[in-house]
Amino acid sequence: MKVQILFFHPTMENSKINRGFVNILPNHENLTFRSIYDEYPNGFIDVPREKKLLAENEAIFFQHPFYWYSCPPMMKQWIDSVLELGWAYGKGGTALQGKIWKQIISSAGSGKAYTAEGFHKHTMTEFLLPFKRTAELCNMEYHEPFLIQGAQGLGKDQVDDLKSQYQKLILEFCTGRINGKR
Amino acid sequence: MESGSIFIQAIIYLGAAIIMVPIAHRLGLGSVLGYLLAGIGIGPAFLGLVGTESQDMLHFAEFGVVMMLFVIGLELELPLLWKLKNWLLGLGGLQVLGTSLFFFAVAQLLGLDVKPSIALGLILSLSSTAIVLQTLQEKGLMKTASGQGAFSVLLFQDMAVIPILAIFPLLASDSSQSGDDHSSSLIAHFPAYIQTLIVLGVIIAIILMGRYVLNPLFRFIASTELREVFTAASLLLVIGISLVMGLVGLSAALGTFLAGVVLASSEFRHELESNLAPFKGLLLGLFFLSVGSTLDVQIVLNSPLKILAIVSGIMIGKTILLLILGKIFKISLDQNLYFALSLSQVGEFSFVLFNFSSSSGILEKELVNTMVASVAISMALTPLILLAYEKLILPRFNDNTSKSMPEQDKIENEDSPVIIAGFGKFGNMLGRFLRSNDIQCTVLDYDVDRVEMLRGFGFKVYFGDATREDLLESAGAKKAKILIASLDSFEKQKELISCARKHFPHLKILARAGDREEAYDLKDLTADEIYRETRDTAIELGKSTLEKLGYFPYQAHKAAQMFLKHDEDTFQELYEHRKDRKTYVSLAKQRTAELKRLMTFDDTGETKGEEDIW
Repeated sequence: MKVQILFFHPTMENSKINRGFVNILPNHENLTFRSIYDEYPNGFIDVPREKKLLAENEAIFFQHPFYWYSCPPMMKQWIDSVLELGWAYGKGGTALQGKIWKQIISSAGSGKAYTAEGFHKHTMTEFLLPFKRTAELCNMEYHEPFLIQGAQGLGKDQVDDLKSQYQKLILEFCTGRINGKR
Repeated sequence: MESGSIFIQAIIYLGAAIIMVPIAHRLGLGSVLGYLLAGIGIGPAFLGLVGTESQDMLHFAEFGVVMMLFVIGLELELPLLWKLKNWLLGLGGLQVLGTSLFFFAVAQLLGLDVKPSIALGLILSLSSTAIVLQTLQEKGLMKTASGQGAFSVLLFQDMAVIPILAIFPLLASDSSQSGDDHSSSLIAHFPAYIQTLIVLGVIIAIILMGRYVLNPLFRFIASTELREVFTAASLLLVIGISLVMGLVGLSAALGTFLAGVVLASSEFRHELESNLAPFKGLLLGLFFLSVGSTLDVQIVLNSPLKILAIVSGIMIGKTILLLILGKIFKISLDQNLYFALSLSQVGEFSFVLFNFSSSSGILEKELVNTMVASVAISMALTPLILLAYEKLILPRFNDNTSKSMPEQDKIENEDSPVIIAGFGKFGNMLGRFLRSNDIQCTVLDYDVDRVEMLRGFGFKVYFGDATREDLLESAGAKKAKILIASLDSFEKQKELISCARKHFPHLKILARAGDREEAYDLKDLTADEIYRETRDTAIELGKSTLEKLGYFPYQAHKAAQMFLKHDEDTFQELYEHRKDRKTYVSLAKQRTAELKRLMTFDDTGETKGEEDIW
């Protein structure tokens, strides 16, 4: 299965966690990794090109840090400008039908913080509802996100464990061991 | 005439003009009336400084009318002229025909013979191109319905002069007079059909010459960069055409008008216009002066009531006929009134025709003298009547489309919101960008080869020195919103900005500067926005360099933004201290250190929170 990772990170020069993950991405012919902030530094998104690349891939991964209970602004802009009416959704909008939507999210808060009793008082699933609905509106297959949580408190072993899970996950999609419902 | 007397005459005419015209202008009477009053003042009636020679002066000064028509032609491209065809032929034709018939009937009723009645009718049907067009242009009314109507009628009258000149010798009872100087055409002895062919040939030759010969010729002359030679060529063109037209018996005004129309699409149009403008203005002034000085006040004083009756009869008659025509051609009432009143006088050409009529015995000498005085008075009254109309009658039309507000451009097409002065590499890039966004630009450039090449690419580029006020004006500076100053020479650039600031204060001036020092100078001249041409390109290249050295592109982008912001702030601050070299240098060093600190801080993330490590 052809997989495209859309990576959104406005301050890569300071990043430790995400940079570490991106550096160990497997080299697979079915995998495309693109850093959107770096492809469009001045913020002007080439919509036709984005649409073409979406059409060519079956799984779309959005990898990003969790900022203010949401995604970085460029990702929102990407969603707003690329997922057009009549193409991605609405009448005649079938271009993304059946494709997989999956987010890979890094957050400062631990898994415990994102519970009804925890610091943030809501679960990650609740916070990600807008993205789930976006995927559903485009008739995409929404997969639960891969979470890298509370990295501050993680030891090196735990980070390495997450990294290999991340690597494994992506390879499974690329080689087709995980498939869409189609 | 000895040269001394020429100078004395020049002093008299010029002196009278510079005294009276500014006064008349200040009083809101317009320059035409000023010249006329000055003329009356120096004429035999008052100071008696000029005498019989003012008749000759009148003939000479008529050339001003010829030039004016050339300049008007330059502003009228063929398709636009074509749009006016209905008014030109319909309105103009009916005016000449109707007015001639009307005055013919009046003359008949007053007991004149048929031939003198025809002569009078024809003479009185003409209006004064010089007075009307000058007034319309001065008040900016050329593009209103009344202005276009008046222009159409006047143009038709200029064409009608040709057959009228041909008819007059036939009216002379004494056939020996028919070989008079007014049929001095070289081709008069040919049969009519050959004459027609020759005339057509000349017109076609003028059109072809304008299309294929003049542009390369002007280009060649312009490439010498000697301005006076270009001016000489402009004058030569107009004089030459007038002469040729005269030789084949056509009106010089018509011929030069045609040449003007042909050259309207030329890139030298603005340059021609501004070169001829002073000559045109002076000659027209001289023309009005001469009209004033030929006014025979004695005749008026001898029989004031008779003259009053004739003048008012002529003007009221013409006005009513024009009003009816305006109504037929659906000109709105306020515009129609102005149109009719503006054309109510008798034109300058009547002097020529009256002269001929009296010398060939068509009209009696005494009648001619009375009529000439009446005509001069009707001309002098025109500016006054129009003024009275504007002040007294126009305010009653509270329709806001009327008034002297020029409506949307119809004849002129230089109504671009943007004027680009200087179309080098910088202007070129900019022009392409604006054009891709459908922004109309008028471009001025002083490099002939470049103008030619750019025109090849379909740009509307005009040749000319943009630092001249007149050229800027004819490029539409009064209507434009933005002036982009991007001349190659910095000295010219400064001249351009001061000139535009002074004469067109409403223009937003966006200026290109080479370096910081130039930018300071342009800021001193109060350009609204200043762009250092190398700034953004250098930073773009710098961004790319950072990326090649391993920066993330977005990181490089942010670094560039921060640098540009800091640079802009520093520019403002340093500008204030530029005169004090010491403070300037120390401040500049300080700011550079600050920028460095700013960027390193950001790099180590010291100022940011922990979430940034994500």
